[in-house]
Amino acid sequence: MTLVPINLTVNGERHAVAVEARKLLSDVLREDLHLTGTHVGCEHGACGACTVLLDGQAVRSCLLFAIQLDRSEITTVEGLAGGDGTLNRFQAAMQECHGLQCGFCTPGVVVSMTAYLADHDQPDDEDLRVALSGNLCRCTGYQGIVNAARLSSRGAAVAGGRPGSGPTA
Amino acid sequence: MKPRAFQYHAPESVGEAVGLLEAHGDDAKVLAGGQSLVPMLNLRLTSFEHLVDLNRIAGLGTIERSSGTVRVGAVVRQAAAERSPDVAVGAPLLARALPHIGHFQIRNRGTVGGSIAHADPASELPAVALALDATLEVSGPAGVRIIAADEFFLSTWETAIGDGEILISVDFPSWGGRCGFAVEEIARRHGDFALAGAAVGVGLDEDLRVVRCAIGLFGVGSTPVRAHDAEVALTGGASIGEAAALAAADIDPPGDVHATAMYRKEVAAVVVRRALAAAIEEACL
Repeated sequence: MTLVPINLTVNGERHAVAVEARKLLSDVLREDLHLTGTHVGCEHGACGACTVLLDGQAVRSCLLFAIQLDRSEITTVEGLAGGDGTLNRFQAAMQECHGLQCGFCTPGVVVSMTAYLADHDQPDDEDLRVALSGNLCRCTGYQGIVNAARLSSRGAAVAGGRPGSGPTA
Repeated sequence: MKPRAFQYHAPESVGEAVGLLEAHGDDAKVLAGGQSLVPMLNLRLTSFEHLVDLNRIAGLGTIERSSGTVRVGAVVRQAAAERSPDVAVGAPLLARALPHIGHFQIRNRGTVGGSIAHADPASELPAVALALDATLEVSGPAGVRIIAADEFFLSTWETAIGDGEILISVDFPSWGGRCGFAVEEIARRHGDFALAGAAVGVGLDEDLRVVRCAIGLFGVGSTPVRAHDAEVALTGGASIGEAAALAAADIDPPGDVHATAMYRKEVAAVVVRRALAAAIEEACL
């Protein structure tokens, strides 16, 4: 087994790690850097639980070999809140709208939607549902997650009163 | 699961990459975006002793539009092509197909060239390349050669890319005049491979008669399929419904756990009909 040294900047902190070529970014984050917020579900890109930001773009960390990413910048779910623990806009909305139950899919949802909402100013519900289609949640039925995305999207009108109170999203 | 061990190569030039592929033959595989290859490696559906990563080669990541064509470099990310004004103007059919691929997180990493070289017959971009008569530039030990899309797709995951060769870029011809484009597909879930899909372009004359038609089908065989008879019928005055029926009559789709062969044939007719209607409507605007 040959280990290759690489440098990764994760959540603003530089790390030097030695990786086997076949080691997935998701496993390096969890096993070498002990950042276990990144969850590993399907390991073939379908479930979205392992989503992280690579140079600002949401990607599947289970479909990247860490060895490809020498000198890259990565943000995991642990890096989204402020240094004092202040939740970002979407995280706060997830809390407000009860957007999670068991929490397994939540890191991927939060990373994905944080990136999506930063790039899209006024998504409608259909846009939000398409954006969420790459993250499988088996508990919530998605309603709370869609409500959170709507609540936190800039300029979006929240129809029908308190988000999460309506029968449908 | 985890992939089998392999040796990783990150060449910085096409020549270096070709040399690696030549040296390692069938034991080596090209890695571009990895959004199809890495799942197959993780699931151990396949394995290679050497992976040759194209991502550090300068010059493969550009989109260039000239008067008659849009050239997309091999490692242009699908998301970049989706946002590109050059693709929107010069290759609208490609622009329409891209949002159907996986999810936005997949498109942030997946490449246009990789999807075409991977040649999954259920994926969108091979059908787009076939419908538009795209040309593919490959570079190998004997130099550069150009392959027409209709000679490129040989079977499931098999293309005319030869030993030691790498796909460098894809040229998508631009259409002039009054034209419209559409991609329609039916999938079990958003982002899944389509049960069947159609990528179509139509050109109309001044009297709004269809004078040009291209129909590429995906998910209906071991390669993307061009519905030639339906194209000829439509430009000869047939209705959309008649053309759609002809397109479905010509194909011999697979049956599997997702859909029977007969159902796929029905779905193929439906997506062709919808895509032709949408493309003609756009061309009439």
